[in-house]
Amino acid sequence: MYTGSLRALIDELGRLPGIGPKSAQRIAFYILKIPSEDARRLADSIVAVKDRTTLCEQCFNVAESGNLCDVCADDRRDAHVVCVVEDPRDIVAVERTQQFRGRYHVLHGALNPLEGIGPDQLRVRELLGRIDAEEITETILCTNPNLEGEATAMYLARLLTPLGIAVTRIASGLPVGGDLEYADELTLGRAIEGRRAVVP
Amino acid sequence: MTLVRDAGVVLRTYRLGEADRIVVLLTEGHGKVRAVAKGVRRTSSKWGARLEPLSHVALLLWQGRSDLAVVNQAEVLDHFRAVREDLERVADGFAMLEAADQLAQESHADPGLYTMLVGALRALADTRNDARMIVPSFFVKALAHEGAGPVLDACARCAKPAGSVDLVAFDITEGGALCTACRRGRPVSAAALEVLRQILGGALGRVLSAPRPACADEVAALATEAMEGHLDRRLRAVHATSGLTW
Repeated sequence: MYTGSLRALIDELGRLPGIGPKSAQRIAFYILKIPSEDARRLADSIVAVKDRTTLCEQCFNVAESGNLCDVCADDRRDAHVVCVVEDPRDIVAVERTQQFRGRYHVLHGALNPLEGIGPDQLRVRELLGRIDAEEITETILCTNPNLEGEATAMYLARLLTPLGIAVTRIASGLPVGGDLEYADELTLGRAIEGRRAVVP
Repeated sequence: MTLVRDAGVVLRTYRLGEADRIVVLLTEGHGKVRAVAKGVRRTSSKWGARLEPLSHVALLLWQGRSDLAVVNQAEVLDHFRAVREDLERVADGFAMLEAADQLAQESHADPGLYTMLVGALRALADTRNDARMIVPSFFVKALAHEGAGPVLDACARCAKPAGSVDLVAFDITEGGALCTACRRGRPVSAAALEVLRQILGGALGRVLSAPRPACADEVAALATEAMEGHLDRRLRAVHATSGLTW
């Protein structure tokens, strides 16, 4: 029904996550309508991200132009505290808080036995290798607060605690701005368990 | 298009779109059900923690024309918190969820399997029990419930009773324990066969409350082999977690 190149574009767009055949067709026709330079810029940025982006050889965050990501290359960051996250996107979320000035380690997943993902599929060995090499004194386990993330945190705590460093887990509790009556039992239970003294 | 009320255990979840999940449940009255839980991946979601794997929940589902139901309400019946907070027990929980997921059929109620899973998770959450024996017990009892329980009191091949021959091997493709003349598969100890007999013979409580038997690993391996033989697939949860526990 469509010409070869348009058909190919619709097929390729349709392979992207969350893009169905109808959306792929709509985006393809939008690209057809925009000026050539806009389409070229889009194409160039897709090629560039594949050509230039690598994983940081220290923390396995997304890195560009060099072997280290921006966080690992920044001397002002506290090199002795490492925040362990599942995914590079989690780094963006933690950075937005402006509360953390240490470095990161990206596991690229979490233990998920139902999917057959064990420790060997994660960057766990590399994390252990960093502890002595970088004189790390604290690791903050910042995996997702779901069953897989909690299991990963428990497993890492078991490996890291005997190394004599502080191992902490992010707190679990109620979202700011939420109503207590809508909180689920598990979250509220943990929030009560993790209560802290109010400074008058 | 109807509203369905049921109780179920969350077997697994898949990410869907920006913030939703598909939740796979083993329900009491409707067998295995797949349902969309909207917005549960947002931190502000009131569903999120309730619809995690291992949760035992009371549900109100909206069943439209699609195969996927939609979760309207969910209330927790049991979190099995002691399971979630212990690496060994959570690994065992995953193994049982995977087996139940494979055994259960969609829209085909199996209250026996549901009751067995809830009971096994309760036993796993009871820290007085030896968690090591719960997964093998669940596997062999679930197999017996399916009509595929291993033969333990006679040779599965020549049918000679255990008193007249020594049962020395175990092969699930033959149906269970085998005598010296028919032996094939893996060797099996008399102690392991006795533990399996107790599990299937109504003495499960005694097995769980007794000190861990020396043949615990052997029983676990036999039960896993039997379940995998019945399902005709490897249980990924068992093998993915074997390196991090016990």
